[in-house]
Amino acid sequence: MEQTRLVARILHNPIDLGEMLAMVSDPSCGATVLFVGSTRDHNEGRQVLELYYEAYEEMARKEMERIAQSALAQWNLGKIAVAHRLGHVPLGEASVAVAVSAPHRSEAFTAARYVIDELKKTVPIWKKEVFEGGQVWIGLQSGSGGPK
Amino acid sequence: MTVKVRFFAVLRERTGVSSTVLTFEGSPSVHEAWQLLQQQYPVLGPFSECVTFAVNREYVNQHHRLHDGDELALIPPVSGGCDREVQ
Repeated sequence: MEQTRLVARILHNPIDLGEMLAMVSDPSCGATVLFVGSTRDHNEGRQVLELYYEAYEEMARKEMERIAQSALAQWNLGKIAVAHRLGHVPLGEASVAVAVSAPHRSEAFTAARYVIDELKKTVPIWKKEVFEGGQVWIGLQSGSGGPK
Repeated sequence: MTVKVRFFAVLRERTGVSSTVLTFEGSPSVHEAWQLLQQQYPVLGPFSECVTFAVNREYVNQHHRLHDGDELALIPPVSGGCDREVQ
């Protein structure tokens, strides 16, 4: 059953990267890729002071599961774990993480890249950037695209 | 029939609410619900060009018909355009 091969989590506390790796551990897999997105102290030339994330949680989890499921269907993979943190995330800490295990590294890298790129396109999560003199809500998407 | 509406991020802050309930006769489209919401919350007006919608946690277009008990989520702008407004 595919469901046992994926974990999608929305967290209100720090992402445990060791746990992310442990969740995708699989004796049939010789490669594990862990992508970590962390909060940055600058954006578009502005000094960022604080970052907050908000989600439509039920839908975000469902979309994350859908994306992981799609990756499992496309490549020869072991397991996938995806986590996004919400609320105030101090600068430099992980806000999102994707762990993928596969028999071989090529699939692991490709699938991890796919999952994080898709996550940023369709998962309903927003971040609020607080900078000197103001604040702005931004979608996870940085370029074109977005939900259909 | 009634539909629960949920607001997130910039739309939640601008309207000051995280959810509301709309009551309709018949089966309105998402577009009709959005028109009514703009009457109730005029601050939503500027977002017409860039808001997207989800019904029962699936993205839908404005022609989608709503049914009793549906949950309509207003998905704030996620790229470019209005989301760059500084408050």
